Amino acid sequence: MNYRFSDTLKNLPGSVLSRLISLADSLEDVVSLGVGEPDFDTPWPIRAESIYHLENGDTFYSPTRGFLELRQQIANYLNRRFGLSYDPETEVMCTVGGSQGIDLVFRCLINPGDEVLIPQPGYMAYEPCAVLSGAKVVPVLLKEENGFKLKAEELKKAITDKSKILVLNFPGNPTGGVMTKEDYLPLVDLIIKHDLLVVSDEIYGELSYNVPHYSIALIPEIRDRVILLSGFSKTFSMTGWRLGYLCAAKELIDNFAMVSGNMIICTPTITQYGGIVAMRDCDKEIPRMKASFLKRRDLILSGLEQIGLPCCKPEGAFYVFPNIKQFGLSSADFCAQLIQRERLVLCPGSAFGAAGEGYVRCSYSYSKPEIQEALKRLGRFVSWLRENK
Amino acid sequence: MEKKIRLLKAIEQDARANITDLATVIKESAEATQSILDELESQQIICGYHTVINWDKTSEDPVSAFIEVSATPERERGYDRVAKQIYSYSEVGSLYLISGDAEFLVLIEGKTMREVADFVSKKLAPIKGVTATKTQFVLKKYKVDGMVLEESGKSQKREILTP
Repeated sequence: MNYRFSDTLKNLPGSVLSRLISLADSLEDVVSLGVGEPDFDTPWPIRAESIYHLENGDTFYSPTRGFLELRQQIANYLNRRFGLSYDPETEVMCTVGGSQGIDLVFRCLINPGDEVLIPQPGYMAYEPCAVLSGAKVVPVLLKEENGFKLKAEELKKAITDKSKILVLNFPGNPTGGVMTKEDYLPLVDLIIKHDLLVVSDEIYGELSYNVPHYSIALIPEIRDRVILLSGFSKTFSMTGWRLGYLCAAKELIDNFAMVSGNMIICTPTITQYGGIVAMRDCDKEIPRMKASFLKRRDLILSGLEQIGLPCCKPEGAFYVFPNIKQFGLSSADFCAQLIQRERLVLCPGSAFGAAGEGYVRCSYSYSKPEIQEALKRLGRFVSWLRENK
Repeated sequence: MEKKIRLLKAIEQDARANITDLATVIKESAEATQSILDELESQQIICGYHTVINWDKTSEDPVSAFIEVSATPERERGYDRVAKQIYSYSEVGSLYLISGDAEFLVLIEGKTMREVADFVSKKLAPIKGVTATKTQFVLKKYKVDGMVLEESGKSQKREILTP
């Protein structure tokens, strides 16, 4: 059967993950540091609220932008936690996780041939979403020696007269890199001069360890150029709930909401009730989770050091991104052999763009014994590689 | 004091946390953290380190009971002498002076129900000042000291590799 798929699909980067998943699926006793989600249960008050509304039969469509009460709580939360100011009625809308936000923004803003600047190594969904909307993806290099921060000189190299959107993701997946106000300021002139819109994915905003998270939307000169994208997944351990949000100037949100209404009608009503409680009542859960991640980050960093894998110290998110260039293997081959020899699953850096080649992503969103076991297996594998080089 | 509180909360969660982890929590050196711990121990703010064990999963099968104890207060000493008489028994795990119908709540653990019953009838009830006891045996422990001992019906499994 010839299904005559869209030509655009041919331009999508292939998934390196599916091959590794099938490899691991065929084995027993597999240990994974491959998952990009917190390992905590969603805090009980959030679950209880949604259960209550489910039992109550509150299962109808809800407003396309999300309940106003939820949008108010999101605006309050962003103000309370990060000092951001958004009008909940006109500048905030809910999405189906952060992922729909990414898709929505590109759909609404891209014309064929427009260029989207995507820092790499970077979260793997940006590129396919941009390509599907007809954009040309232009990578912007995040260098290990710069702590995987975005530097103005790298941005300058990537900008052309077709550049339209700059994607940012700090704290970032997969590097754990963070940006401070001082790091952002050198980018501001470039953003204004080249009339760029900024999509700032701040889904890991609460997981910045040594410096308070700073949103680029706080810089007044570019506030209305910034589309803040975030969600509940990482902060409140709500990945499976699929609840995110966009904050931006009214005109942008009006158009995003118009398109979203046609795509999904609304975000799941039941999850929104839980979301209200998360934003309103659950700040106290955040330091507990953050402290737990920080402990595990230090555990895995010290393990990697003992193994002899160089690794830039990540200041945010829950990933480490060690450098494996010394072995002369592609990251996909490294990960495939690691699964076959030691039944340990890591994510190859190449999944995060060409600039991720030579690295692997290890999530430390796992229990201490799981991390210790993974480090043991990784250490054995690295010794074997060194002996058999 | 704020650092001490953070340290206490961290060690309350995990009595086996190593000094490096604790030092990270309060952003101090390991040496400074150790000296704060020593100080907290000498002030008896940290009174001990214990482990939460789900005995139901072992071959041991101890019996726990909460015992409400009614007692008469004594001139000048209130309930303190009676309390000492109660908590001095090694079987007593915890003792609280409470509001409500009874004066004390005693948590005891014994090897068998017979042993608990003997403790109540032979040691606790005869204490001078104790006027009544009401024993409630624990049938199952769900959560102890903030720790859920066993999640029921939890089947969720995370994916092996995700973006």
